[in-house]
Amino acid sequence: MSNPTVDDLEEEPGLNAELASEAALDSRHAHPSDAQYGLIALALATLTAIEVAIYYLRSDHLTIAVLLVLMVIKFSVVVGFFMHLRFDSKVLRRLFIGGLTLAVTVYTIFLFMFGIFHV
Amino acid sequence: MSEIETAADPGPGPETPVAHGHAADAMHATSTGVSNAKMGMWAFLGSECLLFGALISTYILYRHRAVSGPTPHQLYDIPFTSVSSFVLLMSSFSMVLAVSAIQRGDERRLRVWLSTTALLGAVFVSGQIFEFTSFIRRGMTIKTNVTSGAFYVLTGFHGVHVTLGIIMLLSLVNLSVRGKIPQAKAEVVEIAGLYWHFVDIVWIIIFTVVYLIP
Amino acid sequence: MAVVTLPAETPPSRPAATRFLKRPQATSGIVGWLTTIDHKRIGILYGVTAFIFFLVGGFEALLIRLQLAEPNGRILSAQVYNEVFTMHGTTMIFLVVMPMSAAFFNYLVPLQIGARDVAFPRLNAFSYWMFLSGGLLLYSSFLLGGAPNGGWFGYAPNTSITYSPGHNIDFWLFGLLILGIGSTASAANLIVTTINLRAPGMRLLRMPIFTWMSLVSNFLILFAMPVITVALFLLMFDRQWGTHFFDPLAGGDPVLWQQLFWIFGHPEVYILVLPAMGIVSEIMPVFARKPLFGYPVMVFSGIAIGFMGWGVWVHHMFAVGLGPVATAAFSVSTMLIAVPTGVKIFNWLGTMWGGSIRYKTPMLFAIGFVVMFTIGGLSGVTHALVPADRQQTDSYYVVAHFHYVLFGGSILGLFGGIYYWYPKVFGKVLDERLGRWHFWVTLLGFNLAFGPMHILGLEGMPRRIYSYAANMGWNFWNFVSTVGAFTIAAGTLIFIYNVRHTDQHGEPAPDDPWDARTLEWITPNPTPDYNYIETPVVTHLDDFWHMKYSEDSDGRLVKVADAARFVQRRVRPGEHVHMPSPSYWPLVASVGAPIIAYGQIYRMWAVSGLGVLVLLTGLYAWGLEPGTEPPDPDDVAAEGHELAGGPETRELAAAGVGGASGGGDPALPGTEAPSLTDGGGDV
Repeated sequence: MSNPTVDDLEEEPGLNAELASEAALDSRHAHPSDAQYGLIALALATLTAIEVAIYYLRSDHLTIAVLLVLMVIKFSVVVGFFMHLRFDSKVLRRLFIGGLTLAVTVYTIFLFMFGIFHV
Repeated sequence: MSEIETAADPGPGPETPVAHGHAADAMHATSTGVSNAKMGMWAFLGSECLLFGALISTYILYRHRAVSGPTPHQLYDIPFTSVSSFVLLMSSFSMVLAVSAIQRGDERRLRVWLSTTALLGAVFVSGQIFEFTSFIRRGMTIKTNVTSGAFYVLTGFHGVHVTLGIIMLLSLVNLSVRGKIPQAKAEVVEIAGLYWHFVDIVWIIIFTVVYLIP
Repeated sequence: MAVVTLPAETPPSRPAATRFLKRPQATSGIVGWLTTIDHKRIGILYGVTAFIFFLVGGFEALLIRLQLAEPNGRILSAQVYNEVFTMHGTTMIFLVVMPMSAAFFNYLVPLQIGARDVAFPRLNAFSYWMFLSGGLLLYSSFLLGGAPNGGWFGYAPNTSITYSPGHNIDFWLFGLLILGIGSTASAANLIVTTINLRAPGMRLLRMPIFTWMSLVSNFLILFAMPVITVALFLLMFDRQWGTHFFDPLAGGDPVLWQQLFWIFGHPEVYILVLPAMGIVSEIMPVFARKPLFGYPVMVFSGIAIGFMGWGVWVHHMFAVGLGPVATAAFSVSTMLIAVPTGVKIFNWLGTMWGGSIRYKTPMLFAIGFVVMFTIGGLSGVTHALVPADRQQTDSYYVVAHFHYVLFGGSILGLFGGIYYWYPKVFGKVLDERLGRWHFWVTLLGFNLAFGPMHILGLEGMPRRIYSYAANMGWNFWNFVSTVGAFTIAAGTLIFIYNVRHTDQHGEPAPDDPWDARTLEWITPNPTPDYNYIETPVVTHLDDFWHMKYSEDSDGRLVKVADAARFVQRRVRPGEHVHMPSPSYWPLVASVGAPIIAYGQIYRMWAVSGLGVLVLLTGLYAWGLEPGTEPPDPDDVAAEGHELAGGPETRELAAAGVGGASGGGDPALPGTEAPSLTDGGGDV
């Protein structure tokens, strides 16, 4: 790892010691092991299978809700674990979640104005 | 804080409190402890959310507005696309293994998993191309109606992103073969991985919103 | 220009693995400018290029005003008029205000935070060359069949292939796509720089206010550009590939264009004004000799404006017929955004109140900004009221509004910044007397040009018309407006003369000519290549001010030290400061983009293919070359270690040991991005 450790930074006041120490600790943290990644991949595959099954079995509003929930779960799992955002610095999380939240909010309002959400 | 007040050594004469030594000036010190490249990639991915959000919203808007011609829903082969989706999902898994390998210093495994990821990505793109050509043969082109247009533009943008990702991965394999990606440079692979996973999560959304939702 | 050039390093003879062109070493001459990755030079490039486009856009404005000076004008035909007013708007927004703001971001942000350069110097160069490429592509249209003529906002279906059959709109959309890529890259670069490369002690709430406004603006750019990118692609598909995104007959919706465009377009206007607000916030405290009133509130207002700016876009569409719910909601949000803006105005007033004000040229422009922008803001508030806006929209009242905020606001602010930082960039102070003339003539001309437009709008004169009948009652004020426009031109000529006069006769600027407050004034004027010899450690907001002054028991300012004591004068003999190396590749890569565009415009796929090749070659070679070469011995040593230089190096430095590892050789802070060859890496 090439990031400085807390010890090296302690004499520099105002460097965001909190963030830096968090990052340093993260870098020494265990990532999920390969086997754990495998389990996560298996879970994702299973969720996909469930999605497809639901697609074939039902076709109503509940379907849409469930499919969206499953989609969000898969999305979060890949972002959190495969992209490591769960274990990484807060700054990165804020950057991405910020963009994501903005997109979802703005485009939802946009779709509202086209009457998409009228049943 | 007062310990850093004065410049201890003579010289150019600045009495600005300065940081001696390399801790703050070293190649790798950043204010947050996160590397610039990684932060840059996340910033870029944040911006991509706005890009794909617009494309997905356009599709959602136009989903039922076709005036004529076959629409995507009439032509989908869900089993086929499910397999494609599964393939892309697994490519994220192999990508994670690639990163894990190089973080341990295993350059050979790095290449194995990177190649696997690129291969799975290529399988996915081939599947897309196959799917599109079959749609076109059955009369749904980009200009057939607004739904088909939105469909092709969205999935096309995604496909181009995947393709660029494959090129990136193969470049990394090439560099690794030439010894340019030792364990110390693992972060380059991690950053490429971030891009790759992002492409995967966009597909997670597309698969549900475009294909599965009735 | 007089830049202190350090003796070039003599590279040891070790060829880098994948070069076939020698890595440029020059820092002077044309090659030096073409291959520069120095943020200061890139800033100057942005600034000079933007200024030239300002003259071009200004010329277009004069053509418009000549045409409209009298009823039934015959200077320009309707077709040509459409091209001129489209290019005037497109130029001023994308080729003047945005790049001029970028000039300031690029030059100042690293200096203000105590860094040596931005996070990704070559990407920075690439952004500039993309700007130039996009601008040249746009203007080449005049020679290739006609310039864009659909307005800067490109409403569908007017811009569809049916109603705009030539290539005009194609030039517009591809030009903007290229510009957008450059801006987005630059935004990401500056965001990472600001978050990650701050000097020790430079907490976020100790950053200069200009750096804060830059950060907010760059977030806006980062998130807004993709939206217009999608809109432009959809337009491109409609025009070239036969899709129907904006064709109602086929189920498409022209309103989709407007929605996507304004989701981008509203944040865009804050992108246009926040940097100038940042500049004003820097200038006022210096020339009032008081701290900025309510610094944290100014920061949070800026953030609030950036944030809320995403929730008001439909106010550009009040007359589209979106229905009462949408219209009412956005009316309220638009009124609300006036609050943080108003807060800033009051804080600027608060900064001046009780200060000992020096009315130098930068301050004149800053005060001008505050007054003119307030006027523009007031007309903006009237637009927030939907019934009023139904009358105002598409009339000259709107033209008045946005020129008050964009010219009276952004342009005046940017000129203030030019006068303020001129000594830092070019080593001379612009002539004060000429500066005053520039200001007053411009202010007069500006108000003559745009003040009457409020009246014209309320008297019913529509926008975007190339002529008007003689009996509408608009003749007088149109004529006055034209006089005003030419007065602005005269003011601009005074400025150009000032630059030339200063260049030829100006005295070299002293250190800290304005008795300023922020870190960038610690470097000599003009700033040397390497910025800071030693990274400053920050202990206060307005740190430089606190080095010079403190307060006595009655709260009065007491000078404790002269600026000269702090200005980092020169590197010790025998020392070198390690800088990242210049590079051709960003320029090469950026040349690929317009080639692709021309191929697409003319449907010549081979040309596009060639462009892709050029782009990829540029990107590959860029990716494979080391950020800095030859590799610094420190870098090689650092590769295997946690850190280059722990406690031992600090002790050595403290003991006054000089040389390459001592206090005089700080390597580029924070350039973490591992490159794929030996040596240090930055992108």
